[in-house]
Amino acid sequence: MTTHETAGHATTTGLDNRKVMMWAFIGSDCLFFASLVSTYLLYRGKSVVGPYPYEVFNIPYTSVSAFVLLMSSLTMVLALGAIQRGDHTRLRIWLLATSILGCIFLGGQYFEFTVFVEQGVTLQGNLFGSSFFTLTSFHGLHVTFGVVILMSFFVMSLRGRLSQEQSLNIELAGLYWHFVDIVWIVIFTVVYLIEAPNIVH
Amino acid sequence: MAANSGSLPRFLERPTSYTTGVWGWITTVDHKKIGIMYGFTAIFFFLLGGLEAVVIRSQLAFAGNEIVSPDIYNQLFTMHALTMIFLAIMPLAVTFFNLIVPLQIGARDVAFPRLNALSYWIYLSGGLLLNAGWILGGAADSGWFAYAPLTLDQYGSGGRGMDFYSLGLLVLGVSSVAGGLNFLVTIINMRAPGMTLMRMPVFTWMAFITSILLVTAMPVITIALIELALDRILGTQFFAPGAGGDPLLWQHLFWVFGHPEVYILILPAMGIVSEVLPTFSKKPLFGYPFIIFSGIFIGFMGWAVWSHHMFTVGMGPVANATFAITTMLIAVPTGVKIFNWIGTMWGGSIDFKTPMLFSIGFVFLFIIGGLSGVSHAAPPSDYQQQDTYYIVAHLHYVLFGGAIFGIFSGIYYWWPKFSGKLLNENLGVIHFALLFIGMNMSFGPMHWLGMDGMPRRIYTYGAEYGWEFWNTVSTIGSYIIALGTIVFIVNVFYTMRQERRTDLADPWDGRTLEWSIPSPVPEYNFKEIPIVNGLDSFWDTKYSTDEQGYMTPIPQGASDDNQEDEEVDIHMPGLSYFPFITGIGLSVSGFGFAIYSQFNVVGLTVAIVGILATFFGAYGWCFEPADPEDHH
Repeated sequence: MTTHETAGHATTTGLDNRKVMMWAFIGSDCLFFASLVSTYLLYRGKSVVGPYPYEVFNIPYTSVSAFVLLMSSLTMVLALGAIQRGDHTRLRIWLLATSILGCIFLGGQYFEFTVFVEQGVTLQGNLFGSSFFTLTSFHGLHVTFGVVILMSFFVMSLRGRLSQEQSLNIELAGLYWHFVDIVWIVIFTVVYLIEAPNIVH
Repeated sequence: MAANSGSLPRFLERPTSYTTGVWGWITTVDHKKIGIMYGFTAIFFFLLGGLEAVVIRSQLAFAGNEIVSPDIYNQLFTMHALTMIFLAIMPLAVTFFNLIVPLQIGARDVAFPRLNALSYWIYLSGGLLLNAGWILGGAADSGWFAYAPLTLDQYGSGGRGMDFYSLGLLVLGVSSVAGGLNFLVTIINMRAPGMTLMRMPVFTWMAFITSILLVTAMPVITIALIELALDRILGTQFFAPGAGGDPLLWQHLFWVFGHPEVYILILPAMGIVSEVLPTFSKKPLFGYPFIIFSGIFIGFMGWAVWSHHMFTVGMGPVANATFAITTMLIAVPTGVKIFNWIGTMWGGSIDFKTPMLFSIGFVFLFIIGGLSGVSHAAPPSDYQQQDTYYIVAHLHYVLFGGAIFGIFSGIYYWWPKFSGKLLNENLGVIHFALLFIGMNMSFGPMHWLGMDGMPRRIYTYGAEYGWEFWNTVSTIGSYIIALGTIVFIVNVFYTMRQERRTDLADPWDGRTLEWSIPSPVPEYNFKEIPIVNGLDSFWDTKYSTDEQGYMTPIPQGASDDNQEDEEVDIHMPGLSYFPFITGIGLSVSGFGFAIYSQFNVVGLTVAIVGILATFFGAYGWCFEPADPEDHH
């Protein structure tokens, strides 16, 4: 992450190899989430036993945590702008802010999961539980991974090992972070906002 | 980033002095060495899968045979398919990606050399994980497409095989995606000056399309496998019929991956054949743009035909008709390619060397396999053929007659480039003859058996069905294939004992850039990055074309290309331990999860150790200087 595999060599497209790689990876990850969302959609309203989504969802609560995650994309952009200008103080502030917002989102997800389990929605309980927890957990894992990367860059920056010339690192982390945010917009819409009728019961 | 490495334990610092020996192989990031490791590992698994096939055929040789038990038989046909698809043909294709693509595009290595090493280590350890079931309570036994809910304990055999199936394929998927991303970036971004997309050799083009398919198709089966593993290990309800779980979910996810996978298996072989046929016909490839755009169209349409594997599940007439039409449509670009290959040979001065024989065999057998494929593109006809030996015949004509023949063609063609030795031509011809005869004897009769109603995956059959004669013929055919493969192995060992020759830089009078450099290829590939002026630009330095389209040799001046004496100081990426640690760690964690339902505590411990090793490897990797000279 900190070094250029291709330092000093011109590439065919003029783009850094790692940037092309990140875009290709995001393309691949789209298919990953598309398959998970498809599973959720196929099983929407197909659970034979409750609890059903509309009994447990707390839309205002999840809207707040979705807002928090979206705001972290803003701070991410500010972090990239800071390192490109060579403003290391603001870079650290915005990296830390992005990480904290990510952590707030994760904490919110953890709390939401706890409440759901108390209300009887479990991984093993019904199709809703299985497909909901699997989809949102994999998104949560992506956010966690992003927070680890951002915190690593924060620490590197504090120790003076992230120079202005290495701003591509932050740009790539940003691409990943925005992608994970966009996935949440899809999940929030498909899972929470579109009300699921329960056909079976 | 000099200071970073100071925080690493000394034994993990980037090795610089090991260039030979075991550590040289474990820490290598050189695409040629990784390719060679891929090749030998894949051939090992190819032999293992072949051995399984011979046992299967022996069991079916006579009516009422009981050479192996039904349980073992189920494991054999499942593992035969998985081994051949995921551990033999795909990695053999990746072998050629590794060995050939950087040379054909004039690069010194792939875009991410350490990621390349990681792909190999995950492949090796994932292959062992997939096979671990053999000694730990049974291998996978639900068929390679593992239809839910037969893969759940209460409906299946109850053995632990499907745990190794789901975790093993998950781990192998990481290797495929990493490899696909790597070659995608390499081909997009590492081409020599002047090598535009439409000047790229066909093999590189097919590697490019295959990489796109790998990157996009593998995530889909990853989700299916995660759901299966969660159902089996944590008790989720994805495929549980009692909870409303839909068996079609697995089938759709599997075949959305599974049909692009078919083209992942065949496109590299098509690429190899497109390199071999022009070279040995002494003619440029006929209709290069048609071959390329047909390949692109196949790659694209490969996503729109998956449900033809599911005509009999009752999707309804609209879905069946749609997928029948798309399936018939995809036969068109394939047919275009076949006409191009025939057109390439037409009027050429053909040199029947072993690589050429295998390529011609490919075209011949792939036509048969392609035609039987079109015959089950029509749902009414498919209703009759579904799950019979007719399907087994079809898939072996395209995968054995197609992919494997193409791969052997490539092995004979490119062997001298990496060893400086030619595989023996006489043994090569015998190898080809035995494989060609054995293949037709083994898989040809399966068409009739299938039409006569013999079901696929059947353990044994009664004499009264009248299937015994052709089954016996088929079994003899499989022994002939085995004999041919032994001839190949003998050829490999015989050739390895020969003296290395220095005159093999361009033994076939090749067209592409890899033949412009010495054999074996020096570590840095190209002393100077070549400049490309057109398609077949290496041929253009050797020949000119007259008005009738015939090629006349250009008199060559005293060449100084092969002077190896002078010192070249080309900076190559350093060796690294971290791909090895990360890759093995990933498989160890997979192993831990696979045994979790049997041995809770041990399994969890092993899984955590594996995950920690993966994270340690990945973190060390990120902070490792890409350049070993940095901290000197």
